[in-house]
Amino acid sequence: MVAPVDTSAGGGGSAAPGRGPSRRSWTAWLVVAPFLAYVGTFLLYPTALVLAGAFQDDDGAFTLATLATLTEGVYLQAFLRSVQLSALTALLGAVLGALLSWAVASGKPEGVTRKVVLAASGVLAQFGGVPLAFAFLATVGFQGLVTRFLADTFGVDLFATGAWLFELPGLTLVYTFFQIPLMVIVFLPAVDGLRPQWREATESLGGSGWTYWRHVGGPILLPAFLGSALLLFANAFSAYATAAALVSQGSPIVPLQIRGFLTGEVLLGQENLGKALGLGMIVVVGVTMGLYALLQRRFARWQ
Amino acid sequence: MAVTREPVKPKRRNGNGGVLRAVVLVVLGAYFALPLVAMAEFSTRSANGTRSLQSWSGIVTDPDLVAAIWVSVQLALLSSLLVLALLVPTMAWIRLRLPALRRPVEFLCLLPVAIPAIVLVVGMAPLYAWVDYFLGDSPLTLALAYAVLVLPFAYRSLDAGLSAIDLKTLAEAARGLGAGWGTVLLRIVVPNIRTALISAALLSVALVLGEFTIASLLNFDTLQVRVNLIGKRDAGVSIAVSLLCLLFAFALLLLLSSAGSRRRRATAEEG
Repeated sequence: MVAPVDTSAGGGGSAAPGRGPSRRSWTAWLVVAPFLAYVGTFLLYPTALVLAGAFQDDDGAFTLATLATLTEGVYLQAFLRSVQLSALTALLGAVLGALLSWAVASGKPEGVTRKVVLAASGVLAQFGGVPLAFAFLATVGFQGLVTRFLADTFGVDLFATGAWLFELPGLTLVYTFFQIPLMVIVFLPAVDGLRPQWREATESLGGSGWTYWRHVGGPILLPAFLGSALLLFANAFSAYATAAALVSQGSPIVPLQIRGFLTGEVLLGQENLGKALGLGMIVVVGVTMGLYALLQRRFARWQ
Repeated sequence: MAVTREPVKPKRRNGNGGVLRAVVLVVLGAYFALPLVAMAEFSTRSANGTRSLQSWSGIVTDPDLVAAIWVSVQLALLSSLLVLALLVPTMAWIRLRLPALRRPVEFLCLLPVAIPAIVLVVGMAPLYAWVDYFLGDSPLTLALAYAVLVLPFAYRSLDAGLSAIDLKTLAEAARGLGAGWGTVLLRIVVPNIRTALISAALLSVALVLGEFTIASLLNFDTLQVRVNLIGKRDAGVSIAVSLLCLLFAFALLLLLSSAGSRRRRATAEEG
């Protein structure tokens, strides 16, 4: 594929005189065609299938009944539990992650601490998945290190109240383990953006550390903090691998409900219900990400 | 109230901040190290209460696990090559010739962030019936789905790399000297965004090696699917592999951050 040699000084943009603009743009589009074809097939088409399926009955006719099913019984429960889990772990992750970001940002910019914390955060936030579930089995599972230590030393039975690790409380604990690192990744740039001069200005006007955070640092970081918390919410809401590896029976949250539809544990005639659940997830995550983008833009003004 | 201007103040405050900083780092550091230590402890247990490396040697003596690791490694390489082959020419071309497409393409590339993988797999299940039909049911066809998952990561690092160079001037100079579009791409663009390419590839590799959702629900036997399966009968081996995965991803990302800081230093010297 060879594009016509551009002899005009301007380079791209509008067509050069003497050459048909339609031919030019046609060739130009040919280069991006493979990308568009691929994204169309493997991203847009599957998404469209989910969206369309949510509005269809088993014969392919339009219906709102499938979506209506989401507002009742186990499905509504699963959505509520997913929101609760995501909100709680987003809050915990945001606060603790912000503290960790501050601790990292006040260290040396090229220091070892920073490098190690960032690499570890990347691993735990994005590539953990199944390994995280096993990490917690090794720690607070029935035969875990902490479980055994508490039982041998203090006679405390971690599982006295039931198999909490494989239910919502366990998911909350494990999710926090990838939420804090994600907060560090997305919030650290904002903390790094605080100029030391602002602090010096506060101090030369007689302000204390508290005054600085209350009137300068805090308000500047607030949009980024809220935005990051939203991102954490979306992240927990979308997460599947860790929960799937930890919870093999029952489907307390929406992603696990969808698993039930895909592995055929559900009655026939309800195939589109999985797609309706998918649509529900896209709406929740989409709205969250939209708000995130808005806050992100507001925060960009400070940089 | 009088304004005090004593220069002693910052020093004392730094002292307090330093203590708090140390406390945060130690407490959270311990919180994150504990499960890793527990994994090391658990995976070296043996039946009679002594230490043994049985679980660790179990990794290489399980032919299914070795096969799954190999599949995942191939997938990681294929997926990063695929995403780079799709994105690099497209993004470079858009900057040179089709600036109007920049926003739409950015939107498409970041779209997978808003669509949970578990939802994507619902739509991909029927699609993979066709992929099976045309390409066979090799697990390597998963690379097609994985390139979607790594799209946002690859886009962000390539975008940063392309923004750092004056692509238009470079391309015009090369074209003026008679270079074709292919030459511009391979000999001008690629060498100039080397670090961005490496970071996009490393991120893709780490993501694919850790991917579970799509592989397990489309019934392909990859590393994480196998780890989860083994965990049902032999927790020791699964925990050993899990620890290995986390450490490997950690090493990849450390490599990435040192590549990044080398780039920063290089730009600083030029500037």
